[in-house]
Amino acid sequence: MTSLRIYVVRRILLAIPTILILLTIVFVVMRVAGDPVSAILGGHAPAEQIERIKEQLGLNKPLYVQYLEYLWQLFHGDLGRSMIWGRRPVLVEILEHFPATLELSISAFIVSIFIGIITGVHSARNYNKPTDHMLRLYGIVTYALFIPWIGLILQLIFGVYLGWLPTSGRIDTLMEPKHITGLYVLDSILTLNIPSLISAIRHLILPSITLGIYLSGIYTRLTRSNMLEILRKDFITAAKARGLPEDTIIYKHALKNAFIPILTMMGLQFALLLAGAVLTETTFSWPGMGTFLAERIFYRDYTTVQGTIVFFALLVVSVSLIIDILYAYIDPRIRY
Amino acid sequence: MGESILEVKGLKVYYYTREGVVRAVDNVDFFMEKGETVGLVGESGSGKSTLGFSILKLIPPPGKIVDGKIIFDGIDLTELDEKEMREIRGKRISMVFQDPMTSLNPLMKIGDHLVETIMTHEEVTREEAEERALALLRDVGIMPDRFHDYPHQFSGGMRQRVMIALALALNPDIVIADEPTSALDVIVQFQILDLMERLKKQYNVGMIFISHDISVVAEISDKIALMYAGQIVEYANAIPFFEEHLHPYAELLLQSVPNIELSDQKLKYIPGLPPDLLHPPSGCRFHPRCPYAESICKEKDPPLLEINTGHFVKCFRYK
Ligand SMILES: Nc1ncnc2c1ncn2[C@@H]1O[C@H](COP(=O)(O)OP(=O)(O)OP(=O)(O)O)[C@@H](O)[C@H]1O
Ligand SMILES: [Mg+2]
Repeated sequence: MTSLRIYVVRRILLAIPTILILLTIVFVVMRVAGDPVSAILGGHAPAEQIERIKEQLGLNKPLYVQYLEYLWQLFHGDLGRSMIWGRRPVLVEILEHFPATLELSISAFIVSIFIGIITGVHSARNYNKPTDHMLRLYGIVTYALFIPWIGLILQLIFGVYLGWLPTSGRIDTLMEPKHITGLYVLDSILTLNIPSLISAIRHLILPSITLGIYLSGIYTRLTRSNMLEILRKDFITAAKARGLPEDTIIYKHALKNAFIPILTMMGLQFALLLAGAVLTETTFSWPGMGTFLAERIFYRDYTTVQGTIVFFALLVVSVSLIIDILYAYIDPRIRY
Repeated sequence: MGESILEVKGLKVYYYTREGVVRAVDNVDFFMEKGETVGLVGESGSGKSTLGFSILKLIPPPGKIVDGKIIFDGIDLTELDEKEMREIRGKRISMVFQDPMTSLNPLMKIGDHLVETIMTHEEVTREEAEERALALLRDVGIMPDRFHDYPHQFSGGMRQRVMIALALALNPDIVIADEPTSALDVIVQFQILDLMERLKKQYNVGMIFISHDISVVAEISDKIALMYAGQIVEYANAIPFFEEHLHPYAELLLQSVPNIELSDQKLKYIPGLPPDLLHPPSGCRFHPRCPYAESICKEKDPPLLEINTGHFVKCFRYK
């Protein structure tokens, strides 16, 4: 295990330059690509007002001072203050909306992996049979679908036509569980609040399935092709020759080996998961980061938008870090 | 005469490829007794592996057992379903493969391979299985402290030792070893051969030792089965085989080996091409390369006949 620990430390240290580069890119793009002042005030504002905004944003200082101040603030966890409505700290606002997105992303992620792996394994097991052809089609079609369109269909069937499930929001009014993590499902469980739990899950189902289906196709295809490749390997034949049961061979030997590229894909897909969450949120009026970001872009809340992008960027880096560590945990060959 | 353990009768295994039917094993008969080692030799592509795999019914698609019987300990394996075969595989007939580098699960510890195999076939606790796994590793010359290592930490020779331990884990009746030393370098080859010879006696297992290298087989075998183009053309005890082989193919083979002990390049210099199993020659499959071929050899397929006691040959020169 020590080799694993060394690997983890090394990998964390390597993440630092990545983060610095990302933060620099965000800084450059936000300063160079757009003029925040005219974005906020529109084209023809009085010079005096422009000066005031510039000072407020620190834009009158030399660029390198701005850059260092930006890093210094971030280093202290300060993402600045919103430019509208009481100038609340951006981080506070993000943290208010993030749990909703996290909850949706986690459950959509689980749905997509679950569907993708089951269909992929099933497809590989029935190689070249009708089941395989159908599931391959699924793997291609879902990828080409448009999230609001999947969402709309599900809303029509399960919300409007059958009336089984709610089509918008996170939970019924006044049902919010006591705030612990901000994830309603988890908080309801922690506080043993059954009615809230049921309400939260009912609201979560359609958005998670929408996003889950959209993301599952790539896992179906990837699982299938990796399983086919692994099932041809000598060690699978050797396992059969030892008389191991088929399920042990498929799930314990083959799937675990096929899982490494799938894990990589999970890391790569994470950015898509966030982007997908943004679209899903707007389709289902889900009060998370997507809805929040769309709203603040509309209001030209410059600092909040920048802060949110920084937040997303850090999130993507941390997730890829976690994936890499998981990787080493599963595959002993990576640690050495 | 010992007790018969395996009898293969009229076995045909064909691959149904896009180009046509490859008759990889075509009407093979052979038998072996408990605890004896049969060396199965033949050129590359003569169907040795196909024959070995078909005994465990592990022919990869598009291969199929088309006809024949594989009678193991009184049971015809061709009649068994997958579930029944699983109880035979590993427990009563096991296999050692050619390439030890790819035959172990890279994500699984060495010891766990053994524990899993033992626990699949026997009702034992994990502790008991681990104890047995350690004993097996010791028998094949692997230190107990390597139990928790992964395959990539082992050399080819060490991995082949693990494969041997796995094959012996449940004290099977027969181990099918498909070119177990071909992928290893020469010194390691000798070590592995020695090990197999020793363990064969210690565990009292029968063995089908497949090789294209007749000198390797000579060392370890009680009997020799010579394969040519999907058929067994000569089958005899090892000593009579080397001293008075009958088939022209055997003659040519052994001529090209000046000294069994020293050689390592054997089956190379026989004139003519190895046969194409998609379009095998008519009559006797060896006739295009045979110095003694007569007209009957082109027309009819000779039967495998017992010429002396226990010495079978498939050639019209012997009646
Ligand atoms: N999966 C397959 N599909 C089609 N043909 C195959 C397949 N496997 C083997 N064959 C063909 O069957 C014949 C016998 O092959 P096999 O592997 O049994 O020979 P072998 O004697 O073991 O040769 P080698 O010494 O190269 O291992 C060959 O002509 C080969 O091309
Ligand atoms: Mg072979």
